[in-house]
Amino acid sequence: MSDAPILEVRDLHTHFILNRGVVKAVDGVSFTLHRGEVLGLVGESGCGKSLTALSVLRLLPKGIARTVKGEILFDGQDLLTKTPGEMREIRGRRISMILQDPQTSLNPVFSIGNQLREAIFRRSRANRAAVRMEAIEALRRVDIAAPEQRIGQFPHQMSGGMKQRVVGAIVMSGHPEVLIADEPTTALDVTIQLQYLKLLQKMQQETGMAMLFITHDFGVVARMCDRVAVMYAGRIVECGPVQQVFDHPSHPYTQALIASVPKMTGSTERLYTVEGQPPSLMDLPVGCRFAPRCPYADQRCRDSYPGTFSAGEAHTADCWRLAPA
Amino acid sequence: MSAEPLLKVDRLSKHYPVTKGVLFARSLGQVKAVDDISFSIPAGGTLGLVGESGCGKTTTSKLILNLEAPTSGQVLLDGTAIHGLKGASLKQYRALVQAVFQDPWSSLNPRMTVGRIIAESLIVTNWGSRQAIAARVAELMVQVGLRPEQVTQYPHEFSGGQRQRIALASALASRPRLIVLDEPISALDVSIRAQMMNLLKDIQAQDNVTYLLIAHDLATVRHMADQTVVMYLGKIVERAPTRKLFDDVRHPYTKALFSAVLPPHPNRRQDEIVLEGEIPSPLNPPSGCRFHTRCPFVMAHCVQEEPPLRELTPDHYAACHLYA
Repeated sequence: MSDAPILEVRDLHTHFILNRGVVKAVDGVSFTLHRGEVLGLVGESGCGKSLTALSVLRLLPKGIARTVKGEILFDGQDLLTKTPGEMREIRGRRISMILQDPQTSLNPVFSIGNQLREAIFRRSRANRAAVRMEAIEALRRVDIAAPEQRIGQFPHQMSGGMKQRVVGAIVMSGHPEVLIADEPTTALDVTIQLQYLKLLQKMQQETGMAMLFITHDFGVVARMCDRVAVMYAGRIVECGPVQQVFDHPSHPYTQALIASVPKMTGSTERLYTVEGQPPSLMDLPVGCRFAPRCPYADQRCRDSYPGTFSAGEAHTADCWRLAPA
Repeated sequence: MSAEPLLKVDRLSKHYPVTKGVLFARSLGQVKAVDDISFSIPAGGTLGLVGESGCGKTTTSKLILNLEAPTSGQVLLDGTAIHGLKGASLKQYRALVQAVFQDPWSSLNPRMTVGRIIAESLIVTNWGSRQAIAARVAELMVQVGLRPEQVTQYPHEFSGGQRQRIALASALASRPRLIVLDEPISALDVSIRAQMMNLLKDIQAQDNVTYLLIAHDLATVRHMADQTVVMYLGKIVERAPTRKLFDDVRHPYTKALFSAVLPPHPNRRQDEIVLEGEIPSPLNPPSGCRFHTRCPFVMAHCVQEEPPLRELTPDHYAACHLYA
């Protein structure tokens, strides 16, 4: 890992501007991603984790969502100042993304070979035969058996796991420096999920690319990530090395999430629960966003949002209980 | 738990014909979606049914809900065969066996108020007067943790977890003996899942209702079920009381499923058995043991001979030649 991060997001605010009001889906998110590192971004639906990724790639739904504030420094350059043409050169080449559902990310009317060759040609501009050879090689690397036959097939002829591996081959063919994986295994069966996670890990280790792994599953984080950032209601509430965060979760939300998951060992008595639901993003509480559900909340939590405090080596959390006395 | 099971599934099979063409349809074969499975659930118990796509868990639930007729075998509720029920007795069966499905966004009618959704089964069965139904709906809403004054709201005004509570209330309305829970928490957020699991357990403790829990997450099954059945391509590969199964996994497929459970902590990475390849098509299942194409312990006769479900230790069954 070199010192300068490959991706640095500073105070990112992405809002949906609707007639009914402003939905603050991403509201002050900052994180860094270093070369060769896997950072997990964990949170529940609606916490802003996917929108953070789409903001980085500048793929927000037009006319509705807008990044209103912040900086996204990729290799030292702010992506928010790039022209659409410059962004096109970055997307799929230097930063790539895997989405949750391979059914929707592959085009049903083109063969997978066609879609893969397009991605390879964009980078290499090589001749047909060379591109085809590379496409077959790319399929072989993602463990697709008989790639010479498979290359002419269409997405509907493949299983979900196989399609997601084809997406992996397409994504890797651009030789990206950063890969954003947005819940890539949620639609897969459990034994296929493990296969796919191993494949992603192998590709990451071979190429040394940085990975932003978006998930709601702490098991995936424990299996895959070096560091983890936990999001709640548009903000990162805790961030640190995976080991540290699992050993000493410091934000009450992280503690609750880890405690409420059923385990494979130990008691099967009642599960720990967090009562209530996340706040509406149109009407966020002034203080800590977790305060209405937090067992430790006091007046200070309800009155003002806590700063980001140290919870250990390279480990921070937004909770007043960590404030230096 | 009484000795006589509430639900008994006896050598149940469901084969779907696969044909090509419309008028002069040629038969291409059969999908053996469920093939000769047996299990039973005592009243007040929970049986967890685990497996991946195509293993037949949904077909099993459709057969038990009497939405499909079996090719052979039978399902008995309190000793009565359910397929072949007609008229009033079929209506009664529908009241006794209810279901909660995975996706609370598609399982609730968006044009009905919550009160109407919950009351629906009471109205169609002429359960009682309007006042009696209204009182029962209010009682159900409290039981599942909703506020009775929300009765006039529509499903879109609720979050996923609350919608699943509405689905549960509507399943509970007719006081069923058995509820089929088809992946009831997998569409919910992590922090909401625990609430739902606790609620399901509380309701079981209050009402002595029996659950058939269909799930892919082993930790959920471990938490909820007293018996576990593992299916692969239409067959039961392993069946045991949950505690026994989790202490002593026998079938190689079950072992692979267990090893695919992601670790609860980065230090507790286990030995992973990564299965090769995909789940085979149920249209053309492998010969002999259906798992032999992906099994790390495959032997010569696994390819030819189908292993029977053997009792290895009391109540612990597995279908594998390793234990012959």
